[in-house]
Amino acid sequence: MLRRRLNRLLGRDERIADRRTIYVGHRSGSTNDAIIPPKFCDNRIVSSKYTVWNFLPKNLFEQFRRIANFYFLIIFLVQVIVDTPTSPVTSGLPLFFVITVTAIKQGYEDWLRHKADNEVNKYPVTVIEDGRRIRKESEKIKVGDVVQVEEEETFPCDLILLQTSRDDDTCFVTTASLDGESNHKTHYTVPDTGRDLESLNATIECEQPQPDLYKFVGRMHIYTSNQDPAMRSLGPENLLLKGATLKNTQRISGVAVYTGMETKMALNYQGKSQKRSAVEKSINAFLLVYLCILVSKALVCTTLKYAWQGTPGQDEPWYNEKTQTVKETNFYLKMFTDFLSFMVLFNFIIPVSMYVTVEMQKFLGSFFITWDKDFFDPEIKEGALVNTSDLNEELGQVEYVFTDKTGTLTQNNMEFIECCIDGFQYKYRDASSELDGFCVTDGPVSKLQQKAGREREELFLRALCLCHTVQVKEPIECHDQGDGLMDQVDGLEADGQETSSLQEQRGFIASSPDEVALVKGAMRYGFTFLGLESKTMKILNRNNAVEMYELLHVLNFDPVRRRMSVIVRSKSGDILLFCKGADSSMFPRVRQEEVERIRMHVERNATEGYRTLCVAYKYLSAEEYNQADKGLREARLALQDRDEKLMAVYNQVETGMSLIGATAVEDRLQEEAAETMMALQGAGINVWVLTGDKMETAKSTCYACRLFQRNTELLELTVRTLEDGGRRREKRLHDLLNEYYKKAVLDAPPVKGGVTRSWSSTNQDYGFIIDGATLSMVLNSSESNSSRYKNLFLQICQNCTAVLCCRMAPLQKAQIVKMVKNSKGSPITLSIGDGANDVSMILEAHVGIGIKGKEGRQAVRNSDYAITKLKHLKKLLLVHGHLYYVRIAHLVQYFFYKNLCFILPQFLYQFFCGYSQQPLFDAAYLTMYNICFTSMPILAYSLFEQHISIEVLLDNATLYREIAKNAMLRWGPFLQWTLLSLYHGLLFFFGVRFLFSNPALQDNGQVFGNWSFGTIIFTVLIFTVTLTLALDTRHWTWINHFVIWGSLAFYVFFSFFWGGIIWPFLKHQRLYFVFANMLSSVSTWLVIILLILLSLMPEILLTVFCKPRGSNARQRKLVQSSVGDLQSPRSSARPLLMRTFSDESNTVI
Amino acid sequence: MVKEEQPESVNRPDNTAFTQQRLPAWQPMLSAGIIIPGFVLIGLAFIGIGVALFVTSRSIQMLEMDYTGYEQNSPCFKCSDESVKNCMCNLDFNIDTLFKGPVFFYYGLSNYFQNFRRYGVSKDLDQLSGDMDAFLDPTSDCAPYQYDGNNKPIVPCGAVANSMFNDTFKLYQIVKGVKKLVPLDGKGIAWWTDYNIKYRNPTVKPLKNAFNGTVKPLNWPKPAYELDPSDPANNGFINQDFLVWLRTAALPNFSKLYRRITEGDYAEGLPAGNYSLEIAYNYPVLSFDGRKKVVFSNVSWMGGKNEFLGIAYLVIGSMCVVMSIVMLIVYAKFKFPEED
Repeated sequence: MLRRRLNRLLGRDERIADRRTIYVGHRSGSTNDAIIPPKFCDNRIVSSKYTVWNFLPKNLFEQFRRIANFYFLIIFLVQVIVDTPTSPVTSGLPLFFVITVTAIKQGYEDWLRHKADNEVNKYPVTVIEDGRRIRKESEKIKVGDVVQVEEEETFPCDLILLQTSRDDDTCFVTTASLDGESNHKTHYTVPDTGRDLESLNATIECEQPQPDLYKFVGRMHIYTSNQDPAMRSLGPENLLLKGATLKNTQRISGVAVYTGMETKMALNYQGKSQKRSAVEKSINAFLLVYLCILVSKALVCTTLKYAWQGTPGQDEPWYNEKTQTVKETNFYLKMFTDFLSFMVLFNFIIPVSMYVTVEMQKFLGSFFITWDKDFFDPEIKEGALVNTSDLNEELGQVEYVFTDKTGTLTQNNMEFIECCIDGFQYKYRDASSELDGFCVTDGPVSKLQQKAGREREELFLRALCLCHTVQVKEPIECHDQGDGLMDQVDGLEADGQETSSLQEQRGFIASSPDEVALVKGAMRYGFTFLGLESKTMKILNRNNAVEMYELLHVLNFDPVRRRMSVIVRSKSGDILLFCKGADSSMFPRVRQEEVERIRMHVERNATEGYRTLCVAYKYLSAEEYNQADKGLREARLALQDRDEKLMAVYNQVETGMSLIGATAVEDRLQEEAAETMMALQGAGINVWVLTGDKMETAKSTCYACRLFQRNTELLELTVRTLEDGGRRREKRLHDLLNEYYKKAVLDAPPVKGGVTRSWSSTNQDYGFIIDGATLSMVLNSSESNSSRYKNLFLQICQNCTAVLCCRMAPLQKAQIVKMVKNSKGSPITLSIGDGANDVSMILEAHVGIGIKGKEGRQAVRNSDYAITKLKHLKKLLLVHGHLYYVRIAHLVQYFFYKNLCFILPQFLYQFFCGYSQQPLFDAAYLTMYNICFTSMPILAYSLFEQHISIEVLLDNATLYREIAKNAMLRWGPFLQWTLLSLYHGLLFFFGVRFLFSNPALQDNGQVFGNWSFGTIIFTVLIFTVTLTLALDTRHWTWINHFVIWGSLAFYVFFSFFWGGIIWPFLKHQRLYFVFANMLSSVSTWLVIILLILLSLMPEILLTVFCKPRGSNARQRKLVQSSVGDLQSPRSSARPLLMRTFSDESNTVI
Repeated sequence: MVKEEQPESVNRPDNTAFTQQRLPAWQPMLSAGIIIPGFVLIGLAFIGIGVALFVTSRSIQMLEMDYTGYEQNSPCFKCSDESVKNCMCNLDFNIDTLFKGPVFFYYGLSNYFQNFRRYGVSKDLDQLSGDMDAFLDPTSDCAPYQYDGNNKPIVPCGAVANSMFNDTFKLYQIVKGVKKLVPLDGKGIAWWTDYNIKYRNPTVKPLKNAFNGTVKPLNWPKPAYELDPSDPANNGFINQDFLVWLRTAALPNFSKLYRRITEGDYAEGLPAGNYSLEIAYNYPVLSFDGRKKVVFSNVSWMGGKNEFLGIAYLVIGSMCVVMSIVMLIVYAKFKFPEED
């Protein structure tokens, strides 16, 4: 991280230093220079954190950086140093347990990493040194080595491809392990290097390592004897990345440019920034409260102790004299020691094992997501993926969903629908209707002329066939036939039927599915793209004749230009430029009279939800071409600002074209997209669509997903609306903002309880539309009161049922997410997307969800959770999120509860033992309470609880609102739990204290001592705490039964065992037969039963008292909601939980 | 990440009840239908137990007498001055009706903190379980009752042993002006396990030799091996008075079992009449504002007299019944509109 930042910093200041020179094969470039071999890191990959030697100190250090662990370490040290009531073991053992468990887990993970590292580092590779092939371990590769890689091997470091066994100077790789894209990618050798590697004398200059997998710039100087060094540009197409696998190519050789930790893979390995969940913030807040309680308890006790000792005779009665050292100790030091002792005595109030339990719960609980068979997609044979388990409960708290459109709301499964050539609309019908299946359905411009000229049609189709970067997937079996393919095609002229069926099967691979759709569309109209072989594109035209075009240049697509072009030379020698792109980027670059004919079609198609592209062409004269060619080559060789230079050349070339037509491609909605969106809205979640697509298309998708409905009033804030008034755009923007604000925020009736939208309300729904350009105006407004407008904008958006942001750049998506995330109340945001352009917003949002879609795996890699289909989001949030939240919230509250009522009697006892820090419970009980007696039931609860069944949760999205805004972990419920624990603690202590007003509790008249007193309280405590949880458990699986009753049985068994033996390592044997004696007393039994029942009574009572009203209210709500979204009314949801102190909170456990 | 090449069966999540969170589960609902009868039942049961407890507790006879000698007119006033040694005083009382036996004789101390932390740990279990090594080298927990002024080890060391209650009592029934000694049984007053297992005398015979080189606790008039010279089974560390004292009390006001009256004419109880308790007043409590008392009590199945338990049961029981009635009313009010 630091290094990268440093690099970036250096890069800005002195760009020259920001490159490295590599001597291929360690041969100096020009013969008279001695090589000063530059130092680069070796090829060892180190992903492990620890070594055998530093594991213990480093791991311990990391662990004690956590506040809770550190706190317990301090307590432990205090116990060791100061004379304290409990032995260091009582807090040392749980701490040791926690630390050990964590260390084992981390050590195991690191061991796995070591293993993986070794596998990579020790992998044998072939290095060519002085013409000899030498086997080496992968880690010994140095920058500049020439490495040979065989088929199916992975590249050991980042290589520049020099030589390949294929004839066409290419090789194929898959980068599945890097970005998950399993298609074959073509890489090219550097020209003029392949022939003779031994004598190759070259240097490579390239940029310093950087993590972007798709960017690389460099150049190679090739020194041949007697000639000036030749210079070749290097780009990502020459770079083979470590981790990628060689396919379909027998052998390649390449020179190592980046090794070890400097490879792009290693640079990408860096961990993502940790996202922390809101629950954790609550835990920390509660922890703080408990710390305050702890400190104040200790203070109260210390104060009272010294006040009490002030009365004569109490400080040092004759039967309990102080030792000489104590007497001599400084008064204030004594006071401080006493304070520390009280802290130690009460330290158990901070639940040591909570963090472990929470982590365990999250880790184990997340398996339920991966295991869920509903998330399994039979098509790609994968289920959901959990990349982090830290955020499970956050899924139940989502207030804003930001979704990408393409590939997320829609399938990104493009289908060619229609096209328009010279203003005539062509729609594909079944081949039966017309001979070539190419018919005119509508000719709006002129009724007379039914079709555009055949010339134009074919030009258009050729353009579709040529202007793309699609590859033809070669079927594996005919791979080695190579040239035979040609004959086959030729020979098939006789039997056209078979040809077409064979061609239909042919697979196309492309970076964007639009391109495949277009090529396939052209194929249906008779023009088949056969493939690209050594810079020659072959097309099978309508007459089944093969046309050949020499591919001169590809002007790649980029999101800024929003178009791409190819320059080809036809057989007749004409040089043609074909360009296709978005209407907005094409129209200014073609002749205006052509625009009008096409524009209407484009706009209509867009409103129907199709993706449109315009196609244009131009003839290049030889002179023009030479100029363009020169410009392109120069720009490609540039080491710096290559992108900018290329862009300039592109823009220069792509002018003065003539428009031929436009295409419309349909992107189908995802399965159940509308249902999912409705469920999300029903759950009170605001859905924002952030897309790079154009407004009309995005709008129609929103309508199709029912995000916008018929009665939704749309508030538009786009470039178009801004231009209406003819005034200054900023002024107009502010006017519109004010107007919309008045409409949507001020005039709208206040929404109840912060819930953003209720289906039953008859309010006017508003939808908001904004585009990228306008958004940047809002966000980066130059005027002084820009923050006001930003605020207005935010408030409008928050009052709208759905917001559509179109024409967004990836960074703007993240900007929006950030803006909402940081708005008032800091709502929980979720981003869902499938493409690389969504990564920024996935990383920005609280929860990032990737869809394992067609646009590669970057989104999935950067996400927190990955699912296969949009529809799974519904279950993920409504069921898993809801349950996880309820589980963990209950877990947290319960932990604080059980520790407070554990320690409260101990505190109260101080008033009866002269504030002498006498522990009420035996050390074994103190130690085991959290780690043995009460830990398992709550863990089982937090894994298996379903307070509402899965089906009901799925059917009633409104239930999601009941846990919104961290409902179960706010101060209200926390106070309730605290009150409950106070009640329990007081009850336990005073119940038993009154029983002990006569300590003769057995029928033999013998009396009980202080350890019996504590043990009775502890028994009541264990039973009450466990039974409280049992009362809250709504879903008793056999596991719950097992751990709840098992824990109680274990306690009884342990107590007998612990008290039944004289333990040689114990000094005092305090509990010897205390438990058994206790159980021999009838009174004790009676008091235990009484206190347990009395403790549980409020809970039982409140359940009963609150339920009729609660379920009534719920039913009303459900009926309303089902009227709202036209679902069949649910007769009854199973009433919710218990722990209720008020009607309001009865939805909360 | 899972690779695509893997067979489907590897990738597909197991369709088991566990992984799909569909384990068969019991889903209890605390409905009024269960709660109301449940409360009635519990309430009635509690009232029943409460009545039994209350009646039992009432039937237990208890006689408490403070003998600190704090007031001037109290018989032990003369002894309350610490400078007076070997002071004896008599506490006269009379019993109206037969005090049913077996009668248990407790002594009680108030404002006495046996549960002080330092006090509680100030003993050496190794010594008390007969480990001779610990005789010469008591644990440092015993400080300042570890060594005496001449640096000789104290056996038994520690504050608990040192502060052992050492008032002794003799109970006389005054029959026709003649004092008749009531036999007191000092056996079975300590826990069986304490007496038989936890505490042990050294195996050296005679016991006295085991204590060579040690001194008795400073407050003790006689060493441990002379606690009950008449009965070796009640001598040394297994002296039952000592064991009772070692079981430190939970609260600052406590009573401990002193003797049982089970023998002779008094096996059936203390008959009505006048009694005189002869107290050897040794134990100073006024310095820390403490009080001493003697308690005569008989016990029942529930132990000593304890009104709290019975009353608590009665209150909770009737509360349950009342609650169930209230619930019934609440339900009657809220249930009907629901059914419309």
